Amino acid sequence: MQQADRQPKQELVNISRLIDENSLKEKLILLFTKWEVLLGILLVFEFILFSNLSPYFLDYFNLMNSTFNFMEKAIMALPMIYIIMSGDIDISIASIIALSSFAMGYAASMGMDVAGIILIGLAAGTLAGMFNGFFVTILKMPAIAVTLATQSLFRGVSQAVLGDQAYTEYPKSMAFLGQGYVGDTLIPFELVIFLFLAAVMGFILHKTRYGRKLYAIGSSREAARFAGINVSRIRFINFTLMGLFCGIAAVLLTSRIGSTRPNIALGWDMEVITLVVLGGVSISGGKGNLFGVIMAIFLLGYLKFGMGLINLSAKVMVITTGLLLVIAVLLPGFLDGVKARRKLKSQQMASTL
Amino acid sequence: MSETILEIKQLTKYFPGIKALDGVHLTVRTGEVHALIGENGAGKSTLVKILTGVYTLTSGEVLLDGKPLVCRNALEAQACGIAAIHQEASMFPELSVTENIYMGHHIIHPKTKRVDWATMRKETQTLLDSLELEIDCNTLVKNLGVAQRHMVEIAKALSLNARIVIMDEPTSALSLREVEDLYKIVRKLKDDGKAIIFISHKFDEIFEICDYFTILRDGRYIGEGLVKESSVDAMVNMMVGRSLDQMYPKKEVKIGRPVLEVQQLAQTGYFQDVSFTLHAGEILGFFGLIGAGRSEVMRTLFGIDSRSHGTVLLDGKEIHIRKPSEAMGYGIAFVPEDRQSQGVILEMSIAKNITLPQIDALSRYGITHKKRELEVTETFGEKMEIRAAGWHVDADTLSGGNQQKVVLAKWIATNPRILILDEPTKGIDVATKAAVHQFVSEMAAEGMAVLLISSELPEVLGMSDRIIVMHEGALTAEFSRDEATSDSVIKAATGHTAGNGGEQ
Repeated sequence: MQQADRQPKQELVNISRLIDENSLKEKLILLFTKWEVLLGILLVFEFILFSNLSPYFLDYFNLMNSTFNFMEKAIMALPMIYIIMSGDIDISIASIIALSSFAMGYAASMGMDVAGIILIGLAAGTLAGMFNGFFVTILKMPAIAVTLATQSLFRGVSQAVLGDQAYTEYPKSMAFLGQGYVGDTLIPFELVIFLFLAAVMGFILHKTRYGRKLYAIGSSREAARFAGINVSRIRFINFTLMGLFCGIAAVLLTSRIGSTRPNIALGWDMEVITLVVLGGVSISGGKGNLFGVIMAIFLLGYLKFGMGLINLSAKVMVITTGLLLVIAVLLPGFLDGVKARRKLKSQQMASTL
Repeated sequence: MSETILEIKQLTKYFPGIKALDGVHLTVRTGEVHALIGENGAGKSTLVKILTGVYTLTSGEVLLDGKPLVCRNALEAQACGIAAIHQEASMFPELSVTENIYMGHHIIHPKTKRVDWATMRKETQTLLDSLELEIDCNTLVKNLGVAQRHMVEIAKALSLNARIVIMDEPTSALSLREVEDLYKIVRKLKDDGKAIIFISHKFDEIFEICDYFTILRDGRYIGEGLVKESSVDAMVNMMVGRSLDQMYPKKEVKIGRPVLEVQQLAQTGYFQDVSFTLHAGEILGFFGLIGAGRSEVMRTLFGIDSRSHGTVLLDGKEIHIRKPSEAMGYGIAFVPEDRQSQGVILEMSIAKNITLPQIDALSRYGITHKKRELEVTETFGEKMEIRAAGWHVDADTLSGGNQQKVVLAKWIATNPRILILDEPTKGIDVATKAAVHQFVSEMAAEGMAVLLISSELPEVLGMSDRIIVMHEGALTAEFSRDEATSDSVIKAATGHTAGNGGEQ
C-alpha cells in the first residue's frame, strides 16, 4: 500500500525536473528574461541611437560631465532600494534635502567652517530620517501617510524661514564636493562617491545578514517576524539610512549649485522612486537587486542628456520615462507568467507520455 | 433514483509542479446530499474551485444537465446554478445582510431604473424566515456570529436559485446546537430537490446527513457508494490508504521532567486563565474549534503577541518573552498555522528559508556564509526528506507538503527543546502527513517537548500523550491518552463541560 502511495510523488519530482535548468538554451532564456540584463541591452541601444543622432554624445568629457546631473538622485536611490525592498516607501526625501540644505545654509550664515556645515547637513538629514522611522515603526503608522506629512513639514520649515529668499553665501572650498574632479582626471568627484556608496550598499544588500533580512521582510513581513527577525528595528534603520543619504545628497547638491532655495530638489522624490522601480525592485517588496537600479540610473541619466543634445523637449522625456515605468511594472509579472506556462506545458506533455 | 444533475469525468488539473487532480469522477443527483470525502490536500477544494469558475480545468469533462459546463468566474457559476459556501464565510462585514445577499445581482426597479432596496429587503426577510433564522435583514454582517454568517451564505445561494449548493466544511466553526440548525436546513434543501455537495472529513456528520459519498485521495478518485451501505472503517481505509497505526506512529515515550509551566496566562479578549505543564518527551495536544484561542496562546508564548497577565516558567525559572528572538533564545520553536504567510517565505530559496531563523549565528561579522548555510540546509533538508530540484529553488515552486517540511526543517535546525506545532498537517498530502507525524514522534522520543495544536481530532487523539481542550478562550477539559474519546473531546470543545475525564 505504502509503495503505491510513493509512486506518484516520485513522478512529480521528475516532472519538475523536465526543464533542464543547466542546458544552454534554458540558461540563455533565464539570462535574457532578467530585467537588469534587458536594461543593460536598452542602455547599449540608447548609446548607439544617440551617438548616431549627435556627434557630441559619445565624448568622454561629455559622458563624464553629464553624470553631475543625476548623481545626487543616484545616491538617494541606494537606500530607497532598502526601503522599497522591505515593503515601505518614503516620499519625503526631496523635502529632507530641502531641510538639510536649509540647515547647511543657516550654519554657513552663522559663519561655520566647511566641516561644520557638512556635519550639520548630514545630521539634519539623519534626524529627519529617524523622525520618519519613529512614526512608521514605533507608532506603527503607514509609511506613505507619515512621509506624505513630513514631505510638507520638512520643506515647510525652509519655506517658512526663507520665503522667497535664498542662502547663497557658502565657503569657496565647499564647491569642490559637488563640482570637483578627482585629481587631474575628468572623473567627477560625485561619481566616485556614488560608486563607492553603491559598492557598500550593494555588498550589504547581497552579502550580509542585513540584506537577507531585507528580502525576507519584503517578501513577507509576517513570516520574517515569525522567524525571529526584529522587523521594526530594520525598518527604522532603513529610514535612518535614507535620511543620512539624503544628507549626503544635500551636501553635494548644495555644493554644486552653491545656493539653498526652498524649492530645492522639488519633485526628486518621485524621480528617485522611479529609478528604483525601473531598476526592477518590486514596489510590493522582496524582489530586485542593486545592479538593475544602477542600470536604470545610467539609462535615465543618459536618456535625459542625449535628449537634451538633440533638443527634444522635456515633455518627450517625461513620456519616455512613463512608458519605461509601465513596462518595468508590467514585464516582471508577464515574464513570470510565461515561465509558469512553459513549465506547466512541459509537465502536461510529460504526463501524457 | 432521482436524475443526475452534475457529472464530472476524468477531471485533471495541474499546477506548476503538482498534479492537484488526476482523473476524478463525481456524479451528483438532485435531492441528494453528496459527501465529498478526503483528507486535507486530497483535492476537494481544487474541485470546488473548478466548479465555481475560480480555476480552469486542464483536461476532462464537467457536465451540467448533460451539457458541458463553462464558467470562468463565480458569477457565471452562479448563473449556472452552482453556489459554494466556503469554510470561512467570505462576506462584506460592513454591509447589511440584504446587501450581502444581493451583492452582484441587485434588483433594479423596472420603472425607476434604480436599485430597488424595498423589494430586496422584503425578499431577504422572506428568505431568512423560510430558513427559520432569527436574523433581521438590516443587520450588519459584522454583528452576526460565525454560524449565522454561514446561514446567510446559504440564504444567498438560495436567492440565486442555486440548484447545486457546495458546502465546504461548514461545521468546522460551529457549536453542536448550530450544527443541528445547519442539518435542518440541509434536509430542507434536499427536500426541495437541490443537490448538495457536502465536503467534510468528519464521519459523524457524513453518517448523519449524507446519502452518497465520493472519496478522493492525493487528487485521485478512490471510490464512491451509498453512505448507509458503508462503514467508518471502510471509508477511513479508502481516504487514508493505510491503517491508522501507520498514520499516527506514536511512540511509547517515558515522560520526563516538567520543562514549561504556564500559569494563568491571559490576553484580554482572546483567552484567560490558561495553565498547563509541558514535560520533556511529551506531546501535548490542544484541541478546540476555530477561534477557541489556541493559536493565540501559542503566539503569546512565542512572543508574537504580548500577554496581559500570567507567568511562564522554563525549568522552574520565570522567563519573560517579549519577542520571537527571545523565545528562540530559550529553545522554543514555533511552526505557525498559516504556512504560506507565516511559515515560509515563498520568494526565497529553500536554503535561505531553512537558515533564516539562525542567519545571525551563521554569519561571520554580519556577512552571510554560503558554505555553512549549505551544510545546515543539507543536514536538515535531508532529515526532513524535502523533495525538490535543488536547495536553491524558490519555496513557491514546492507542493504544500514540501513547504511544510521546509518550515519544520527550519525550526528543527535551531535545535529547540520545545516545539510548538500549530496545525502542522493542514493542507498537505497523506504521505507527507504520515511523514510529519513519524518525525514529530521521533523528536519527542529524543526528549523534545511538543505542543500540538490541531483541528483534526484523529490527529490529536492519535499523536498526543495528553489532550487539553479549549473553548472560547478557556481550558475546558484535560484528558490523558487513554481517557480521551472523540465524543468526550468534541463535547468539551463545543462547550459542554465533560462529565468524565474533565480534571480541571
